[in-house]
Amino acid sequence: MIQEILGSQLGLSICIICLGLAVILTADAYCIYFERKVSAWMQDRYGPNRVGPLGLLQPLADGIKFILKEEFIPARADKILFYIAPALGVIIALVGFVILPIGGRVHWSWMPEGTTLLAQGASVDIGVLYLLAVGSLTVYGVVLGGWASNNKYAFYGAMRSAAQMLSYEVPLGLALMTLILTMGQLRLEGIVTGQIDSAWNAFLHPVAFLIMLITALAETNRAPFDLAEAEQELIGGYHTEYSSMKFAQFFLAEYTHMITASGLLTALFLGGYEVLPFSRLLAGVNGLSWLYWISTSVSPWAMVLRMAVFCGKISFFIFVMMWLRWTLVRFRFDQLMRLSWKALVPIGMAIVVVQGVLLYFGRPISWISTAAEIGILVIAAMISLLSGKPITGRQLSLVEDDEHAIRPSKTPVTV
Amino acid sequence: MNVNTWLEPIVFFLFAGVVLFSAIGIVLTRNIVRAALFLLGTLGGVAGLYFLLMANLLAAIQLIVYAGGTLVLIVFGVMLTSKSPWVRFAPSRSEAAAATTIGLVLFAALAKIVTGIDWTVAAHPADQPATVRQVGNLLLQQYLVPFEVASVLLLVVMIGAAYLARPEN
Repeated sequence: MIQEILGSQLGLSICIICLGLAVILTADAYCIYFERKVSAWMQDRYGPNRVGPLGLLQPLADGIKFILKEEFIPARADKILFYIAPALGVIIALVGFVILPIGGRVHWSWMPEGTTLLAQGASVDIGVLYLLAVGSLTVYGVVLGGWASNNKYAFYGAMRSAAQMLSYEVPLGLALMTLILTMGQLRLEGIVTGQIDSAWNAFLHPVAFLIMLITALAETNRAPFDLAEAEQELIGGYHTEYSSMKFAQFFLAEYTHMITASGLLTALFLGGYEVLPFSRLLAGVNGLSWLYWISTSVSPWAMVLRMAVFCGKISFFIFVMMWLRWTLVRFRFDQLMRLSWKALVPIGMAIVVVQGVLLYFGRPISWISTAAEIGILVIAAMISLLSGKPITGRQLSLVEDDEHAIRPSKTPVTV
Repeated sequence: MNVNTWLEPIVFFLFAGVVLFSAIGIVLTRNIVRAALFLLGTLGGVAGLYFLLMANLLAAIQLIVYAGGTLVLIVFGVMLTSKSPWVRFAPSRSEAAAATTIGLVLFAALAKIVTGIDWTVAAHPADQPATVRQVGNLLLQQYLVPFEVASVLLLVVMIGAAYLARPEN
C-alpha cells in the first residue's frame, strides 16, 4: 500500500505537500524563536531562555498564550473582512511553496527499471508566472485587514503596503525576465537543472539576484521595508487592532511568505538543491564526486540529502533577512518609492536589454553577462555620482522652491 | 478508475460556485471595498476554471493582471471616492435604469453567442497544450502589429498618468 502510494506521482506529490505543510508550520513557530535569538545576539542580550533548554519550548508557550488571549474586535470594524483577512494572508502564503523544486527526481527500488518520479508538490509549466501570480495576491491579507479594522493607523499601513507592493512588482518582474530570457523556460525544476549543468544564476546574474533579494524583502514586508507596520509611526500598522490567534496568523503569514520567498531565491539563483556550485566540474576532482552524485542521483538517499540542502539554503536566506532587519533602519516612504522607481526599475530594464542583446548574439549563458551586469551597476553608480543627486538620499522637500516646504532645521534642537 | 473522472466535476462546480456567488455579491453589496473583494473572487474563480481546462498560462495571466488591478481598484475606491472609507453606494433611479439596460443588452448578446455555438465539436484541450513558447511566438510573429499597438497604447497611458501626477510648476 505504502509502496503503491509513494510509487505514483500523485501519491508522492500529496505526501510531499503534507510533509511540507507540517514542516513549514513548525518552522514558522521556530522562525519567531530564531528571530528573537538573532536580535538578542546582535544586541548582546540573551533572548528567550526560560522555557525549556535554551528557551527552545518558547514557541509552544507563545502559541498557548495566543490562544488564551482575549479576542478583541473594534466596534465599527467590518466583521466579516476582519475575520477573513488574516486567514486569507496565511492561505495565499501557503499555496506558493507547492511548486518549489525541493527534491529532484527519485527512483524507488520497487519501481520498474528506468522510471523516475518528481519529488515536489507540483510541476507546473509556468512555474515562475505562478509564483508571480500568487505573490501579487499576498498583499490582500494586509490591505483588507488594515481596512476592515476601522482604524486610521491600520488604514495607513494597508495603503502603504498596497503602494509598496505595486511598486516592487515591477523590478521583480524585470529581474525574473532576465532569468527567463537566459534559461529559456518557466519551469522551476528546469531552471535548477540548467544551473547544475552550467553555473548558479547568482554568479551569472549578480545584479538580477540583488534586485530579486531586495524585492523579496519588500514583498514580505520585512525591515527595512516594514512601512506597513512601522511601530514608531503607525503603532502596529495593519495589525494594530488584531489580537489573539488572528494576530498570530499575520505572523504565520509573514514567516511563511519569508520561507517561500527564500525557496524561490534558492531555486532561481542559488542552484536549488545543488550542494556547491560547479559540482559537475568538481566531480572530476578526487574525493569530490559525491557532490555531483547528490545533485543528480535518483537514489532516495540522494533525494533526502537534496531536500536537506534546499532547506539549508532557505535557512541561510532567512538568517540574512533577520540579519538585515536588525542591522538596517527603516526607509522613509519617499525613499522607498525612489529606490524602486528611480534605481531598481531602470537598472532592471538595462539588464533585460543587455540579456536580450547577448541572446541575439547567441551567448545567453556566459561570463559576459556577469561582466555586463556589473558594468551596468558601475554606470548607474557613476550617473548617480556625476548628477550630484543621490538616488535614495535625504529629500529636502517634495516640491523644490516651495516656501512652505518642511526643511531640516539648521539650529540644533535643545532638550 | 481515473481520478479525474470524478474529481473534475467537483472542482468545476466549486470554482463555478465561487464565480457565481461573487458575481451576485458584487451586484448586491453596497460597500465599495466588499464589491472589489467580490470582484477578486470572480476573477480568481475564472482563473481556477482556466487551470482546470489546462490553460495554465491564461490562468496565471488572469491572476497577475486582475489581482494587481483589483488592488488598484480598492486603493482608488477607498482613497478617491470619498473622505470616509465607509462610503456606501446609493445609485439614483436614472443610474439604476441605465445599468439595467446595459446589463440586459449584454446578457442578450452573451446568451445569443452561447446558444449559437455548437459545443460538441470541441477537441480535448490536453491534445494541444497551449505552451508559453507557442503563445510567445504567435505574439511576436503573426500578431506583432496588434501587440505593439497595445504596448504603445499603454505607453501613452503611462505618460499621461505621469504628466497628470506632476506638480503644477
